[in-house]
Amino acid sequence: MAVESHIAELLHPPVEFPGQDAGIPLTLLERRLLNEFQHDFPLSPTPFAEIAQRLDTSEEQVLYLLESLQERGFISRVGPVFKPRRIGTSTLAAMAVPAEHLESIAAYISAYDEVNHNYERDHQLNLWFVITTPDQERLEQVLAEIENYSGLPVMSLPLVRSFHIDLGFPLWC
Amino acid sequence: MTDTDILDELDRRIVVATQAGLPLVPEPYQHLAQEIGVTAGEIMRRMQRMLESGVIRRIGAVPNHYTLGFRGNGMSVWDVPDEQVTRCGRLIGDLDFVSHAYHRPRHLPEWPYNLFAMVHGRDRTEVEQKVEIIAGLLGEHGRAYEILFSKQILKKTGLRIMGER
Repeated sequence: MAVESHIAELLHPPVEFPGQDAGIPLTLLERRLLNEFQHDFPLSPTPFAEIAQRLDTSEEQVLYLLESLQERGFISRVGPVFKPRRIGTSTLAAMAVPAEHLESIAAYISAYDEVNHNYERDHQLNLWFVITTPDQERLEQVLAEIENYSGLPVMSLPLVRSFHIDLGFPLWC
Repeated sequence: MTDTDILDELDRRIVVATQAGLPLVPEPYQHLAQEIGVTAGEIMRRMQRMLESGVIRRIGAVPNHYTLGFRGNGMSVWDVPDEQVTRCGRLIGDLDFVSHAYHRPRHLPEWPYNLFAMVHGRDRTEVEQKVEIIAGLLGEHGRAYEILFSKQILKKTGLRIMGER
């Protein structure tokens, strides 16, 4: 990206929002990019120019800022978000794992390619993970292997229905 | 039949080419068109169709909430009457601070909850305030609830729908 964009960026130093997210170094323009473009990204030949027009800036600046936001880890990408659970089957599973075994059991579970989320939560049921497999048989197999390895029951809560229409959500109101 | 079945070969190629993000260039669809071997117009039409059919939920910047200071991720779980679960789920799903809302089966006796709503906030207090809003919205139908805060992300990988880039 051109040097001018970078200079323009330097002329607009990060805006602090005390009490909300002090310490997160984002300019007002970056905040608007994050907040207002989580959905309805233009399906037109030059989408970034359209965004630039709406933000009263240049296409070059928009591209530069998006790349920079991505490099700094504030956005993971710009693009389509696909509806999950399109293939195969999945479940949310939970276990009550004694603290002294948590690390080893969690590591065993995370090692599965079929496990894409694994969280420790503040609850008696302290380990929560999502298993996604091509079919029910493999799902049962993974659940059984985890029970067998840990010697603990695994509670399986497969999705019945999803309600949310994901449009992103406001980061700064 | 899974939803994937309604996607044809070209749709699949578009999914594979875009799931890691659009190229950050002035004409991203033109760029993809050259990669895939169709016109940019065709790619935009296909993406519009996938958006309408729900295969694509949205197109835009995908924020990394944790880096942005949203560290109070709380999974709120609710016990609502079975005959009310759809209505309650829709009410919750419409809230902008809820990122996911799901009906899942109870697992009695240890798990009486049948409705899940992921609530995001900058800290626990903010999440608790938002959960209070849900409680108010559900009224008497919210018979019991808990918030399970995350202590540690042990694994989180984006779901690859098909193929690798």
